[in-house]
Amino acid sequence: MSATIEIRSAPHVKGGYSVEKIMRHVVYSLLPVCAFFVFQYGISALASMVVITATCLLTERFFVRTGTQSGSISDFSATITGLLLALSVPPGFPLWMGVVTGFIAIALGKALFGGIGFNVFNPALVGRAFAQAAFPTAIASYTASFLPGRFTEFIPSSLAWPLMIPPETAEWLKLKQLDALAGATPLGQWKFEGIVASAVDLMTSLGGHMAVGPSPLLIIACGAYLASRRFMDWRIPAAVISSAGLVASVLYAYNPSHFPNPLFTLFSGGLMLGAIYMATDMVTSPVTSRGVWIYGGLIGLLTVVIRYFSGLPEGVMYAILFANAAMPLIERISQPAVFGAVATKKARRSAAFSLETPASTLRESKDVVIPIKVVSNNQPPKS
Amino acid sequence: MTTAVQARNFDEFMEGIWRQNPVFIMVLGMCPTLAVTVSAVNALSMGVATSFVLICSCALVSLMRNVTPKEVRIAVYIVIIATFVTVVDYAIQAISLALYDALGAFIQLIVVNCIILGRAEAHAAKNPPITSMINAAGMGIGFTIGLLSLGVVREILGAGTLFGVSLFGANFQPWVIMVLPPGGFFVLGSWLLLFSWWARRKEVAKNV
Amino acid sequence: MSTEIPVSVSKTTPTVAMVRTLGLVSAVCGLIIVGAYQSTFDAVADNKRIALERAVFKVIPAAKSIVEFLVLPGGAIEKKVGASDTAVGALKFYAAYDDTGKLAGIAAEGSAKGYADSVRLLYGYSPDCQCIVGVGVVSMRETPGIGDKILVDKAYLKNFVALDVKLNAELSALANEVKTVKHGTKTNPWQIDAIAGATITSRAVGRAINDSAQALLPKLVPGLDKIRSKP
Repeated sequence: MSATIEIRSAPHVKGGYSVEKIMRHVVYSLLPVCAFFVFQYGISALASMVVITATCLLTERFFVRTGTQSGSISDFSATITGLLLALSVPPGFPLWMGVVTGFIAIALGKALFGGIGFNVFNPALVGRAFAQAAFPTAIASYTASFLPGRFTEFIPSSLAWPLMIPPETAEWLKLKQLDALAGATPLGQWKFEGIVASAVDLMTSLGGHMAVGPSPLLIIACGAYLASRRFMDWRIPAAVISSAGLVASVLYAYNPSHFPNPLFTLFSGGLMLGAIYMATDMVTSPVTSRGVWIYGGLIGLLTVVIRYFSGLPEGVMYAILFANAAMPLIERISQPAVFGAVATKKARRSAAFSLETPASTLRESKDVVIPIKVVSNNQPPKS
Repeated sequence: MTTAVQARNFDEFMEGIWRQNPVFIMVLGMCPTLAVTVSAVNALSMGVATSFVLICSCALVSLMRNVTPKEVRIAVYIVIIATFVTVVDYAIQAISLALYDALGAFIQLIVVNCIILGRAEAHAAKNPPITSMINAAGMGIGFTIGLLSLGVVREILGAGTLFGVSLFGANFQPWVIMVLPPGGFFVLGSWLLLFSWWARRKEVAKNV
Repeated sequence: MSTEIPVSVSKTTPTVAMVRTLGLVSAVCGLIIVGAYQSTFDAVADNKRIALERAVFKVIPAAKSIVEFLVLPGGAIEKKVGASDTAVGALKFYAAYDDTGKLAGIAAEGSAKGYADSVRLLYGYSPDCQCIVGVGVVSMRETPGIGDKILVDKAYLKNFVALDVKLNAELSALANEVKTVKHGTKTNPWQIDAIAGATITSRAVGRAINDSAQALLPKLVPGLDKIRSKP
């Protein structure tokens, strides 16, 4: 009898996680949210979702095939990008603009950096930021939800000809017995008309023909599933929401007539979707435990500041992109103490080695071999 | 003119257009490249204005190269370049005020365009007038081509027109970002990407 | 251990040579600049005049010729001569005359902070109806597609067919301030109906007109008779 002894280096115990598995579960958890979005806006939302996701997948496939980025199509990350992008643009967003946006999201937000794991910014938000700058009118034209006949009729702007201006939806809304105001988001209504929608309506997204995204409560529930399975870091949304809530409460307490109540701020716009699905992108969020709180706190603070004090009604997108850019800095200042290391400030400053550099370590001396730095180009090895 | 001289002149001319293209290869003069290429007309006029200054100042610098002591050469170059920038400034005002307003401060800023000072220092100061003018003309045309390739893309996407002629009809949805500064960076980046991809491919093909 | 580094010792150029070269360059360049200035002077002046006329004719359609005037701080109106700088506190305006030499309207510039930068505009004032009859933009950097709708939005331009800027009884200020109101809520002839989505730029236009008219019209209207016919 002989026992096989396997000798190898750590790690010896592996968890059952892989990129593909995590991404697959994120897609699963997004499905109810997407279904609700389709339920709200009908076939226009469905078409937008299908077109944008398909564009993302095709773009990803193109870049993986040409060998300029790592990863593979089957890891579902492009699917997530597509779905999140579709959820963050208006349901009546012209389909051709969806194609442009989806392509930019993957090509500019991901492929140029080298594919999955290398991107600096959340790809879906890169796409949306491009759309915001390129098509400011289209991306601000929401339509009312729960319109009669939404499952049989497209929102007219969806089917605009490629490169052409989408038709006005105001006339079409009039036919549906709704005034033009129904096309404004609650945030827009607050910013430009001073109307604050009820927080309960915003939470469920069911309060009549509101121009809102999927219910924040549903998003929280789906996020809770992800967090409970440890596919997502619960601390990031917690930090975003508590920081936004705190800042909004302070401002509300300071001047209740000028600033909306904190619940309105938390449940309007894309704050929940951004906090739970976009800020938590594993590539673009920090890994240190203090860094996570700083990162989330920064997003919450910036969101409220942009919403209240800038010309834009919504600020989640720029807040997250900004925090993405600050992520390496945040990680650097939040490095945990090394186990066993004594944290003394002075020790760092004094030289730990002799100031008299031995001649043998000088680069100028003849026999020193200077290692050549090899920079990997992120490409899969050629077989 | 012998064929050898002709070939050398042709080489001098083509240097700026392709091998040493100021925009795509040397990435010089980025300030006007990004700022005024909102439309093809602006890009073309900027390119022509810069080329004029480049050719004239290279000719004058080259003519004076034997009487210019090296201690004062930069001062001499700057005075010469500034002179021709002033001439261009007046000329554009006389041709079209609308164009003058569209190009704005970037006409005056030709004076600090590093392509021109670079050419004066690196080429015109060491070569006879004809050669340096040929070289400057190549550089100027290369710069104009660079500006134009940005301007064409930005005008088509940003306004749906090319040289003011509508391409897609009145219903075109302009890509606002293309006429804003970020659009300049996007388009320039895309062109640079395309050129380096092409150069890389050529190199790979050569090695195989 | 030291290596001998060859230092290139160059001969210093005599000062005379440097001065001579710099003098020569300056002389040549000076000649070129003077030549260019002289030969383009007329064309540039013509262009500037044409551009100004075009801008004024756009806001006062009946105009055929224009004369530049100054309102001095004391209230006196005098014709502007030459291209000299205006006196401190003097306001510039253009009187436009039709082909019979009768006053067709007054054009003046106003400016206010818009979304990106200040919006400078030229507006046409008609003394007959005491209202503003046209607005044209001199310069602006508003967002293309949003702010620059003020140039093309038909409903918005309708505000300036007859925007009321009547003076009060004492002729000291406008009877009603020109005000920009939310889209669709215009009720009075002195209000400007803003463009939905371009409120900031619309407001800037209103403010520019209001500020300029408040300053100019109380001084201009009492002396209007002096400039009724072309001088």
